[in-house]
Amino acid sequence: MSIYLDKNSKVFVQGITGAEGSYHTGRMLAYGTNVVGGVTPGKGGQKTEHGLPVFNTVEECVAATGATHQCIFVPPAGAADALFEAYEAGIRFSVCITEGVPVHDMLRVVGTTPGMRIIGPNCPGLISPGKSSVGIMPGHIFKEGNVGLISRSGTLTYEVVDGLTRAGLGQSTCVGIGGDPIIGTTFVDCLREFKNDSQTQAIVICGEIGGSDEEDAAAFVKEHLAGMPIVAFIGGRNAPPGKSLGHAGAIISGAFGTPQSKIAAFVAAGVPVADRPSQIPAMLAERMAAVV
Amino acid sequence: MNLMEYQGKELFRRSGIPVPRSQHCNTPDEVAAFIEKNPGKWVIKAQVLMGGRGKAGKIKFASTSEEGRKAAVEIMATPMPPNRQNPDGEPIHSVLVEETLDVALESYCAISVDRTTKKPAIIVTRFGGMDVEEVHEKHPESFHTFFVDTAIGYSPFIGRELAFKADLDAGFRKQFPAIVAGMYNLFFTYGATLVEINPLILTKDGRVIAADAKVSLDDDAVFRHPEFKEWQKTLPLDADETLAAQAGLGIRNFRTFPGTVGTMANGAGLAMATMDAVKNAGGEIANFLDVGGGANAQRVRNCYELVVNHTGAKVFFINIFGGITRGDEVAKGIVEALNTTKARKIPLVIRLTGTNEAEGRRILKDAGMTPVETMDEGAARAVELAR
Repeated sequence: MSIYLDKNSKVFVQGITGAEGSYHTGRMLAYGTNVVGGVTPGKGGQKTEHGLPVFNTVEECVAATGATHQCIFVPPAGAADALFEAYEAGIRFSVCITEGVPVHDMLRVVGTTPGMRIIGPNCPGLISPGKSSVGIMPGHIFKEGNVGLISRSGTLTYEVVDGLTRAGLGQSTCVGIGGDPIIGTTFVDCLREFKNDSQTQAIVICGEIGGSDEEDAAAFVKEHLAGMPIVAFIGGRNAPPGKSLGHAGAIISGAFGTPQSKIAAFVAAGVPVADRPSQIPAMLAERMAAVV
Repeated sequence: MNLMEYQGKELFRRSGIPVPRSQHCNTPDEVAAFIEKNPGKWVIKAQVLMGGRGKAGKIKFASTSEEGRKAAVEIMATPMPPNRQNPDGEPIHSVLVEETLDVALESYCAISVDRTTKKPAIIVTRFGGMDVEEVHEKHPESFHTFFVDTAIGYSPFIGRELAFKADLDAGFRKQFPAIVAGMYNLFFTYGATLVEINPLILTKDGRVIAADAKVSLDDDAVFRHPEFKEWQKTLPLDADETLAAQAGLGIRNFRTFPGTVGTMANGAGLAMATMDAVKNAGGEIANFLDVGGGANAQRVRNCYELVVNHTGAKVFFINIFGGITRGDEVAKGIVEALNTTKARKIPLVIRLTGTNEAEGRRILKDAGMTPVETMDEGAARAVELAR
């Protein structure tokens, strides 16, 4: 099955005539993604270089194409507007690639669009290998299979996927959730989907220092995914400590997002944490073999 | 973007949060002239981003213009000493001259962005005027938080409820909801990620006043407020941030460490993993460097020079996961960068993947560099060469 995305998902690209939007639309089409059109205000009625229809508004695009999945390549100042426009047009799934979206824009978006699944912002998107890719991930390193992967980073995700694919471990869906303070979809949201996905038989969680998403993920695994083979990785154990101003954020979360607290949480949930990305495939294979 | 106290208080004033009467001064002469014209008891406060000014002797009192001048000279003579929060210390370029307050009680209030609930969080404790982390250790039960629904926004009941729950003295209660309203207004209007008042003071004559101001603005939202560009220029960058900016990188994309293995990768996650790999291979890292997208010749040269000239690196480990970039083009860029730089030469270990990666590795090898296939292999080679 895979999560969030399959070969029938009808994708439209917001900002399809821009340099990034146009380039990655071509790559998505080449991968087999069902891209049905795009939106660039003022260019409605034109065709893209790929022969796709361009619309002035999301509403027109959805009415004409039946699109269900939005992929955003607009500049940061317009990202929240693009999300609101899609929400009003009935879209309930969006991938926001844009980097540098103001935190307050995302606070407003996530607080006022109930029922909308937003991946990102500042993320590489997601891919269900062999079926569909929405975003900017390099399709050729992926392979269809039964490992679900969730990651906060872009290139580190590719590093891990490359290792899995070379080890013969294909993937069901890989989601790059993005590294911003306020993101639409967390590890736990994805874990909940993987739990109900028949294709997904194992999971890799690629976390990073900072925040408490990893601790939340570990708690969810402990309660709901006890039998599932899972391996985690925490990037940045030797990362530069940020100079913080005040400690209000740390006090709310009750933890400081240190690698130690994240590793301890995963270990307590029975999830081994790899010291390096290259160890992940073997660790995962061992746990998958133990289940069968 | 973290603001100085006087900048934070300027935003407080614009947002209707009561602050003490004050004057921002760049020199001791300005301080003396101000007190000359405005006789009274004044407090002179160093304007820095670091905390711990009181302990460092960077807050002094003055009743005459001469005392004011002397205090400012003493404060500005030496930088803020290093502490846990900032191991570099911080130079002092200006002071705030502020009316002294007859303090009856001190409390604490802050608004920040909570990642878990994805909402603005308003935090109150009746213990103010101390390091908030210390308060949290001693009196964790004294903290009360309200997560604001952004579709509704702030409403006075939130301030009332928090004041009662946190058991703020009755003297605070009447004015507190309006002060929090001002803070929330500032938070949203200016795209702040933190608005902190520590301490929020109740004076003996019953006024509630923000005695200090800590405000962080979202760098990604500064474009909406061009007036902050001027402030941005005056705020201190530390040594690493300055170097990063000069090299055309984001100020958070570069950090130095005391080790001997220089590193560079594309993407923050991979850059962190690269540092971890060096540590795992038994080496000590000289730096963190995220080159971002597009590792072209110009950028690679800037990064190479940055690491060679400003860290203790004896070897430079470049880790590029090409993804959709072509490996041969990245390799050509690296070779061109190294052929055109005037910086001293140190050994290079390069891990490169992507389309045409084998061709890329051949180009690097022909140019006398050490191409490797995996991150672990690269880290091991780099550590070996650094010895």
